[in-house]
Amino acid sequence: MSEQLLSIILTIITASTPLLLASMGELVAERSGVINLGVEGMMAVGAVSGFGAALLTGSPYLGVVAALVAGAALSLLFAFLTLTMVSNQVATGLALTLLGLGLAGLAGESFVGQPGVQLQKIHVPGLSDIPFLGPILFGQDLLVYAALIIAAGTSHVLFRTKAGLVIRAVGDSHQSAHALGYSVAGVRYLCVMFGGACAGLAGGYLSLAYTPQWVENMTAGRGWIALALVVFASWLPWRIVAGAYLFGTITVMGFALQAHGIGIPSQLLSALPYVVTILVLVVMSGNKALTRANTPACLGQPFVPDR
Amino acid sequence: MDYLLEALHVTKLFGALKANDDVTLRVKPGEIHAFLGENGAGKSTLVKMIYGALQPSAGEFRWMGRRVAIPSPAAARKLGIGMVFQHFSLFEALTVAENIALAMPGPFDMKALSARIAGVSREYGLPLEPSAVVADLSVGERQRIEIVRCLLQEPRLLIMDEPTAVLTPQEADQLFVTLTRLAGEGCAVIYISHRLEEVKRLCHNATILRHGKVVANVDPAEETAASLARLMVGGDIHVVRAAAPDAGGAVRLALSGLELEADGPFAVALKDISLEVRAGEVVAVAGVAGNGQAEFFDAVSGERRLADDAMIALDGRPVGRSGVNARRKAGAAFVPEERLGHGAVPGFTLSQNVVLTRHACDPQLARGGFVNREAATGIAARVSKAFDVRKAKPDPEARSLSGGNLQKFVVGRELDRRPGVLVVNQPTWGVDAGASATIRQAIVDLARQGSAVLVISQDLDEIFEIADRIAVISRGQLSDAYPAASLSAERIGLLMAGAHERRESAHAARA
Repeated sequence: MSEQLLSIILTIITASTPLLLASMGELVAERSGVINLGVEGMMAVGAVSGFGAALLTGSPYLGVVAALVAGAALSLLFAFLTLTMVSNQVATGLALTLLGLGLAGLAGESFVGQPGVQLQKIHVPGLSDIPFLGPILFGQDLLVYAALIIAAGTSHVLFRTKAGLVIRAVGDSHQSAHALGYSVAGVRYLCVMFGGACAGLAGGYLSLAYTPQWVENMTAGRGWIALALVVFASWLPWRIVAGAYLFGTITVMGFALQAHGIGIPSQLLSALPYVVTILVLVVMSGNKALTRANTPACLGQPFVPDR
Repeated sequence: MDYLLEALHVTKLFGALKANDDVTLRVKPGEIHAFLGENGAGKSTLVKMIYGALQPSAGEFRWMGRRVAIPSPAAARKLGIGMVFQHFSLFEALTVAENIALAMPGPFDMKALSARIAGVSREYGLPLEPSAVVADLSVGERQRIEIVRCLLQEPRLLIMDEPTAVLTPQEADQLFVTLTRLAGEGCAVIYISHRLEEVKRLCHNATILRHGKVVANVDPAEETAASLARLMVGGDIHVVRAAAPDAGGAVRLALSGLELEADGPFAVALKDISLEVRAGEVVAVAGVAGNGQAEFFDAVSGERRLADDAMIALDGRPVGRSGVNARRKAGAAFVPEERLGHGAVPGFTLSQNVVLTRHACDPQLARGGFVNREAATGIAARVSKAFDVRKAKPDPEARSLSGGNLQKFVVGRELDRRPGVLVVNQPTWGVDAGASATIRQAIVDLARQGSAVLVISQDLDEIFEIADRIAVISRGQLSDAYPAASLSAERIGLLMAGAHERRESAHAARA
């Protein structure tokens, strides 16, 4: 039983990490006032770049770097279009998803069916061998820890530093931030690219750790769940951590129940995370006081200073 | 005498428009210097250039005798120029201290900063709680944040853009004390205001702008309000005059026990509001912004429906649960505060905007779901003519009109129907003296023809000019309506600060 429980918990952690990474990046972009619906596309590009780089170099860590850079590069395109050319953020984000998925499919054509390079789990002598807790706390791959460190860092930067204050200020009122002499576009470029890098990492995690192979559309809607998680967490980093792990759990529990022969159709199980997403969003938007207090007031609004 | 700031032959072009045309002026240290002019005279453009938010097309600035470029607000702050904006540049979701930290150079230390804020606010009599969230604060308190934010940087020149437009008379008096004290310490103040009496009282010097040019530089103490106004407008302003009200008219609009819940964290709840407006009179609701005026307008207009039909009656007909169109059909008309976006759709033509508010009550305009465009353009043309709405083509988009002209249009559109009850929120907000006079006269005339008029306004001068009775709204509660002649500005100020709430809670305590 405890063997089974352990394996379920380990799977939950692996399933939650990409959601955590992608939604934490999107949170920062949205806190600066930019909504980037292209998370799914950036994840796909990150996944294929990570897989390819690891395959060519043999190093999963170079794969991770490639995933990060690819996600950031695609988000730079988004930032250029929405911030410099002031295109509509929603439409551009949707286009970015389509572009990312298409690009990934094209680039990954020759990778289909090839065995990938797996990101190894760490082993700390002694600690990792502690029964049950050892593998959970000290036996994960580095990205699991990195995701949690990114979450802690995001929370610290947003609420304890001047840089974070500026990000929140730009998202709350770009007019006022501009009047005070802050570069609204500059702050947003950086935040969008942070979001892209995180989404790329999330994609890389899928193709390097979750299932070390390349399959087209392997992101499977996780980008959309990550977007919903940001609202679910009402733009607070620690709630993102809780939300990501909650959704990871729901996904894995579906499979676990099925393995136990509980008669639920598999289609229903795989739809479960999305159903829960919709339910959570409905419940959240019911509580207006809570969401409005943290919602970046300028979210999705274009900014052109009058000169 | 050395000058602190000189503007020499400054010109600013926006396309073909000369917002500032060869402007030259000089400000001395320790001087409170007024900029006067109508809307669009170029005051805001000029101060934006001084604050580095805009760049002059020609001409130069000198700071303490040296020629300087002011490429950005940050550069202006470095020179020692601070600015308090008319529309505050604050962040609603952040705290007072965080708002101020954003404007401060140097290391980021919230604790030390909070202490400095407390110190400055004590020293200058500007009470502020550093950890309060801006969204919860009154307009007066928000202005204090801006002022403290400037003071912390020890400015040598402070620019104030219409600072008293949003304050109670008492808050304004407190502000004058602070400014006089600052000037005494050698800080120069550039003071933009429409209120000529306070300029006379406070300022040492006044530069008057008209159509982007400096037309006069005077000592305001030597002038009268009327002579200053003449300089600004370049002619005499029509004085609104009301005939004596007909006191015995029937009640046309009755609010009784009106209640409305707040619909968000930053909104105000309305509590037990009762008011009667009779045929032939103008009743004004005074109050400092953010005390429930928006909610009150929404409740009376039907944009938000009420729980009980009996809370509002139009000509004796209960309409509390009816929507806007049902109330329009019952003879009421409504003019909201925001003319662009609420009162009119920016991208629609004037005639289309006529259809929007009048299709329900004017059978000519829409028959069987089809719009009669000729009727609509006819009405738009009639309104434009009656209210002297100046426009570039016969039926332009609403957004292409200037603020004053669009305001004349949205007010005129409703007056053209001769409604039995008219409810107007901020009828002349941000409108220059000439257009204001036209609008106010039209409102008074409507009442004299037997309609009931309810005006919500933050402008006390306007209220005293047109209102027969005045009630004051404060934190969602409405005072009794007093005859205008029996009220002084000071008494209204006390009511704005919530004097009637205390009276009511005393009632409650006794009960």
